[in-house]
Amino acid sequence: MTLSIQPDDTRSDPLLRVRDLTVAFDTDQGAVRAVDRVSFDLMPGETLGLVGESGCGKTVTSLALLGLIPSPPGRLLSGSIRLDGRELVGLPERDYRHLRGKAISMIFQEPMTALNPVLSIATQMTDVIVRHQGLSRRQARARAVEMLALVGIPSPEKRIDDYPHQMSGGMRQRVMIAMALSCEPKLLLADEPTTALDVTTQAQVLDEMARLQERFGTAMILVTHDLGVVAEVCRRAVVMYAGRVVEEGPVSCLFSRPRHPYTEGLLAAIPRIREEKLPELPTIPGSVPDLRHLPPGCRFADRCPRADARCREQEPELELRGDIAVACHHPNSHAECSR
Amino acid sequence: MSEPLLRVERLSKYFPVRGGLFRRARGWLKAVDEVSFEVPRGHTFGLVGESGCGKSTLGRAILRLHEPTAGRVVLDGMDITALDPKALTAARRHMQIVFQDPYASLSPRRTVLQTLLEPMEVHRLGTPRSRRDKVVELLDIVGLGPEVLHRYPHEFSGGQRQRIGIARALTLEPKFIVADEAVSALDVSVQSQVLNLISRLQRELGISFLFISHDLAVVQHISHRVGVMYLGRLVEVAPAEDLYRDPRHPYTRALLSAVPVPEPGRRRRRIVLQGEVPSPLHPPSGCPFHTRCPEAEPECARIRPGLEPVHDGGAPHLVACLHR
Repeated sequence: MTLSIQPDDTRSDPLLRVRDLTVAFDTDQGAVRAVDRVSFDLMPGETLGLVGESGCGKTVTSLALLGLIPSPPGRLLSGSIRLDGRELVGLPERDYRHLRGKAISMIFQEPMTALNPVLSIATQMTDVIVRHQGLSRRQARARAVEMLALVGIPSPEKRIDDYPHQMSGGMRQRVMIAMALSCEPKLLLADEPTTALDVTTQAQVLDEMARLQERFGTAMILVTHDLGVVAEVCRRAVVMYAGRVVEEGPVSCLFSRPRHPYTEGLLAAIPRIREEKLPELPTIPGSVPDLRHLPPGCRFADRCPRADARCREQEPELELRGDIAVACHHPNSHAECSR
Repeated sequence: MSEPLLRVERLSKYFPVRGGLFRRARGWLKAVDEVSFEVPRGHTFGLVGESGCGKSTLGRAILRLHEPTAGRVVLDGMDITALDPKALTAARRHMQIVFQDPYASLSPRRTVLQTLLEPMEVHRLGTPRSRRDKVVELLDIVGLGPEVLHRYPHEFSGGQRQRIGIARALTLEPKFIVADEAVSALDVSVQSQVLNLISRLQRELGISFLFISHDLAVVQHISHRVGVMYLGRLVEVAPAEDLYRDPRHPYTRALLSAVPVPEPGRRRRRIVLQGEVPSPLHPPSGCPFHTRCPEAEPECARIRPGLEPVHDGGAPHLVACLHR
C-alpha cells in the first residue's frame, strides 16, 4: 500500500512519519491486532488529534511511538516510526530511554498514577532535568520553579516542595505538563490530558498547553475521545476505528465535511449544547466489533448505513481525496474544502 | 399546579471532619447545604456542577443512602426523611438509582437473570413464573434479547451493562430514578443510544428522573429543568431552555463558556475562572462563588444570596446572586 498523506510538497519534512504501524497482542485466542497498518505524519510544531472511541487503538498507537508496548503480550509486528528522520522501530531500549523525556515527552490522563506519590514534585522534576539537560541540582531546581510558574502554579517556589497528594487534579496535571516540557521536547504525546478534569479546569489547562506549545515550538499528538477538545486545539486529526485509520485531514474539513460514515456518525452523536433541543439524538447503531473476530471487509460495515456487498468483502484502504484521506468505498463526495 | 412527585426542602448533608485525639468532630464539611427543588411527575431534573460540588451526595441523601443532616424529602406525598428503617426499605421500591460504572454496580458472579430477579425477590413481588416473564420484558424494553439471561456482566460491553443497570432499576416499577453520571463512562456512539433509551422510558413509563452529570450538553438534552450546584448549594435553577439560552449566574456562564464545542473556528469568548474551587471545609463567607467571580463586588463577601426568581411568568428561573 502506498500512501501520500502529504499533498503539499512545499511544506518542510515531517517531524514524525508513521507508516504501516501494526501492533499485536497475544491472547489465548491468538494474536489480536490492536493497531493495524496505521500511517500518519506530524509536522514540526503542529498539533494532531488522534481520536476514536475506547478500543480503537489510539492509546496503543501512542505507546508504540514511545516504545512502551508491554512485551509480552504486545509485539510491534511491522511498520516504521521515523522521528526527525531517525528510525525508532528496533531502537535498543537504552537509546529509547534517552529519547523519552528529552526528544519525546508524554502526559497521561491520570497524573496521580504518573507521579510518584512518595517523592516531592521538586525531586521528580529535578531528576528529569538533571538527567536530560545535564544541569546541576541547584540549576535544575531553578529551572523547575520557572516551569511551574509558566504553567500557572501560584507561588511555585513553595509548591515545588509539595507532594502530589497535596495538589488538586488540575494542579497535578499542570505539574505533569511542566515536567513534560521542562526538557523542551520536539514531540509531546498527551493521552486524554484533560479528561479527568472539570470543564473550567480543562479550559485553563488547554489554554496553558497551547501557550507553552507555541513558546517552545513543540509538536503535539493529542489522544482523546473528545471531539470538542480536538476542534479547539488541533489543526489536523486522525480518526481511528477498530485499530485502523478511517479518516485523516485538517480539522476544519473533517468536522464540517466528514467523508467517512463513521466520522459523520460520531460527529452527529456528540451531545452538544444546541439552540433547539433535538427530540432524539442521532446514534450509530450496534457496537464496535470484537478485534478477535473481525469481519472480512470494512470493519464499520455492520454499523454503516451505506454498506453493500463490496464493503462486506473487501477492506477499503486509506486513499487521499482532496485534502482528506479516507478509507471507505462510499465516502461522502464533498466539494474540496479549503484550509 | 399539581403536587410535584418529588419535593426536596432545605436538604442538608454535613460530614463530620474528625481529627486529633479520640477522633472527635472538629468541623463539618457541608457537602449539601439547604438545597430545595421539585421534580414534577414524568419530568427530568438535571443537576450539573463540577467534582466535589455535592451533586452525588445530594442524589444519595434524597434516597437516604446518605442519612440527611437536615431537611425533608417528600416523594408522592410520603415524607421519606421521616420513615423508620422498615418503612424505608418498603419505600425503596419507588425510588431507584443507576450508577456511573455498571461494571462496579453489577455483581460479577450473578447472571443477568439473577441480578434482575433479586429486587423482586427481596420485595416479594409476583410469583417465580411472573418474575421471570417480567425480566424478559424488561430486557426487551432496554433493547436486549432473552439470550442474555444466563450471561455474566463481563461478557457485555459498557453500553450493554448500563442497559442491564437500567433494567435493574426498572424491575420494581419505581416512580423516581436517580441517574448518577449514568452515561459518563460510555463512548459517544453508545452514550447517545442510552440517552435515547432514558428519554423513551420517561415518556412511556412516566418515570421522574434526577439526572446528575458533569456534562452540560447531556443535561440540556435530557432535562426539563436544570439546577447548577457550586460548593454544596444550588446557584441557579431554571427550565433547560432558559438556562442555556440566558444563564444568569456568573458561575453558570463560566461553566457554559468552558465547554469545548466540536466546531473548529467557532471560538467562543471563554470565561476563564481564576483559581480553583475553594475547599468545602472552609467555604468563603457571603456568596460561595465570590472568590472566583469576575463580577464580584465587596458586598458579595458579606451577604449570602438566596435563590430568587429573576422574572415572572412561565416556570420560575431562580438565581442566587446579588447582581442577577
